[in-house]
Amino acid sequence: MLEVEGVSKSFGGLRAVADVTMRVEEGSITALIGPNGAGKTTLFATISGFLRPDAGRVRFLGRDIAGLPPERICRLGLARTFQIVQPFAGLSVRENIAVGAHLHRPGRAQALAHAELIGRQIGMGRMLDQPAGALTIAGRKRLELARALATDPKLLLLDEVMAGLNPTEIEEIVTVVRRIRLAGVTILLIEHVMQAVVSLAETTWVLSDGVLIARGSPAEIAADPKVVEAYLGRGAAARLAGREGGAARA
Amino acid sequence: MVEFQILLPAILNGLTTGAVYALIALGLTLIYGVLHIINFAHGSLLMLAMYAVFFLHAGLGIDPYLALPVVVPGFFALGYLLQRGVIARASHGRDENILLVTLGVSIVIENLARYFWRSDTRTIETPYSFETVDLGVAFIAVPKVVAFAGALLVTLALWWVMSRTDLGRAIRALAKERQGARLVGIDVDHIFAMSFGIGTACVAAAACLLLPSFYVSPGVGHTFVLIAFTVVVLGGMGSFAGALIGGLIIGVTESLCGLYLGESLGQIGIFLIFIAILLFRPTGLLGHRA
Amino acid sequence: MRRQLLAIVAFLAAMALVPHLVGSEFWRNWVMMALFYALLGQAWNILGGYGGQFSFGHAAFFGTGAYCSAILHVHYGVNPWIALPAAGMAAGLVGAFIGFLSFRYGLRGSYFALVTLAFAEVLRILANTVPITGKGVGLLIPLDPGAANMQFADRTGYFYLILAFVGLALLLTLWLEHSRFGARLVAVRENEDAARALGVDVFRTKLAAITLSGALAGLGGSYYAQLFLYLDPGIAYGPAISVEALLVPIVGGMGTLFGPLLGSFALHGVSELAKLAFGEAAGLDLALYGVLLVLMVMFMPNGLFGMGRTTLARLLGGGRDA
Repeated sequence: MLEVEGVSKSFGGLRAVADVTMRVEEGSITALIGPNGAGKTTLFATISGFLRPDAGRVRFLGRDIAGLPPERICRLGLARTFQIVQPFAGLSVRENIAVGAHLHRPGRAQALAHAELIGRQIGMGRMLDQPAGALTIAGRKRLELARALATDPKLLLLDEVMAGLNPTEIEEIVTVVRRIRLAGVTILLIEHVMQAVVSLAETTWVLSDGVLIARGSPAEIAADPKVVEAYLGRGAAARLAGREGGAARA
Repeated sequence: MVEFQILLPAILNGLTTGAVYALIALGLTLIYGVLHIINFAHGSLLMLAMYAVFFLHAGLGIDPYLALPVVVPGFFALGYLLQRGVIARASHGRDENILLVTLGVSIVIENLARYFWRSDTRTIETPYSFETVDLGVAFIAVPKVVAFAGALLVTLALWWVMSRTDLGRAIRALAKERQGARLVGIDVDHIFAMSFGIGTACVAAAACLLLPSFYVSPGVGHTFVLIAFTVVVLGGMGSFAGALIGGLIIGVTESLCGLYLGESLGQIGIFLIFIAILLFRPTGLLGHRA
Repeated sequence: MRRQLLAIVAFLAAMALVPHLVGSEFWRNWVMMALFYALLGQAWNILGGYGGQFSFGHAAFFGTGAYCSAILHVHYGVNPWIALPAAGMAAGLVGAFIGFLSFRYGLRGSYFALVTLAFAEVLRILANTVPITGKGVGLLIPLDPGAANMQFADRTGYFYLILAFVGLALLLTLWLEHSRFGARLVAVRENEDAARALGVDVFRTKLAAITLSGALAGLGGSYYAQLFLYLDPGIAYGPAISVEALLVPIVGGMGTLFGPLLGSFALHGVSELAKLAFGEAAGLDLALYGVLLVLMVMFMPNGLFGMGRTTLARLLGGGRDA
């Protein structure tokens, strides 16, 4: 469904994403993980059109979308959420979701009705008339998800929708994400929280310093020494394997 | 082709006017650089300062140049209080609000001036108002030469304050990193108000330098403020050197446009430059990306 | 929506009675001018209130509308009723032009305000220079009363004309509040990036808003020309109109349907009071406006309408803040 081929993006002298090639199969939940600063969000921004890649191609449903503006990409059926939530703070939750719903529903009444439907599906039924600015972090993360979902996407890019949530809230959102996939939406999610990913994704890609370093099922990833090193530092895998104690050097 | 003998004086005149533009723009760019706001009250504060100079001369017979040590500190204080007492308080820290509050302040000042001093233009006459200096290639009015030198001196003084004093360092720290400055114990509100005060003091200095050769009226701020915006945008928002160079460029441009297009259409050149820069290079000649 | 529509109809009906019920010529005139500024304010409100793009140069649209209809009429003998839509279109085009340039290059906030200001100034200088506007001397529209000429011997005609324009502006805004375009415009105001991620074409949305806003202000200009039968560059493109256009909705409540109406009546009430208190003192009423603007931003950022709504909600025990 989504094929990223040799995409690179630099800021000044810093290479945030270097020659990344990855794919997302239709109907799957795919995860992209990596330590902070690995370039995950940059890659997302490049796929969703907020940044133009310096090199490489992004194919969505067989069509090259690299360089298209975000609104065009969204219309093709690829929606994203933001890691740093971006609510329309002055609008109610219902109105927020309706902006997304309007993409394929010109009528106000239909859009609002669809917004309500989505809101209830996402578990925001009781917050529909609250101003978005008054929501808790968990509420805002859900709103991000609801708005994107309201655009009827074929592929949904979720940027750390679980970061900052407590375990119960994470549990709830995991259920929601599963349900979205069952409704036929393909999902690519960025997550820093590994544990959440393990229970969700079939395939996981690992990005470190802008480079893809591993790919596999969550179990394979967790066992991959390269991944452990990327998260815990150079030599960590060896130390763990040799049971010499991970916290030797402070 | 216009003769060289006409062109050169036009350029020299443009440079002298441009130095005053630079001085006004310097205040604007300082306020922008630190507070990140566009001060729409800048023009009306200039007008107010010009009236202060005018009345000091008309009432007490104080020469405009000698009024400097009175007017400049006075307007520094006014600017400080305006920022601390009104602008900061009313805007709740939101940029759109600051925009509106400074606009409101300018409306108040301008219309009070209209009410108290009527709309007529006033000028003052000094013994040197019509004296000229022979520069070999052209005759330039004495007040214009003084204004040119004065503007450069004030710019130099400001540069010294900004680079060599603790206050300057605090202002620069604040301009760069607001949160960080707060963390290292800089009194942010105080420094904001100081910057606004210095910006206003620049305008007061400009008023003293302008009045021997220029008129004052309640609407006189408009004449300068859009030009000052242009200079600031041309030089790069927040850049001192940019304001100086931009001021001189605009002064010469205006003078030459006036020469070729006539007085009334001459100003259009400035605004077209202004719009073009805003559109194509909003960071200006020497500005950095925000 | 139905309630808002009812409110509009009720308001228009009540206003329609004013020429018959209000005996004093002075107060009829007062209401008429309040309606005129409400029209300009509503125009600004579409772009600034709903779209969040603060224009400091709405005179550019007002003046273009005014000059367009006056020039068509005076120099080309076009009937004012035909010149009217042309004036709206010309002002809308100026809006589209300014919008195209500024929004294409991503100008926002203060930069956008400055560019609109500068455009109004450029137009003022142009109007001062080119012969077709009569330069600084101004343009006189020959007196030729008759409804066919959009000149009314009796002021009542002008009253109903501006009432019709205000009605049009209100209905347009009502539509805006309940349309996809309006929802997108508000989304752009609140957060451009989020709007783009949801498929909103930010550039086109803003462009449509400034065009609509400009056209509406242009109608106001055309009306002004026919009412006073005289224009000069300072009236048409000077800062006074730009300031009024933004003050009215800010005082009344930005991004609300009735805010500009409320703001216009409140402001002109205040200005009458000022005249009562201080006499016909040039400048004092405007100075009061400035004070009011600062106070509004300080204490009532949601405007009169917003404040009225929250107070009302509290009084009715609705609990929920609007």
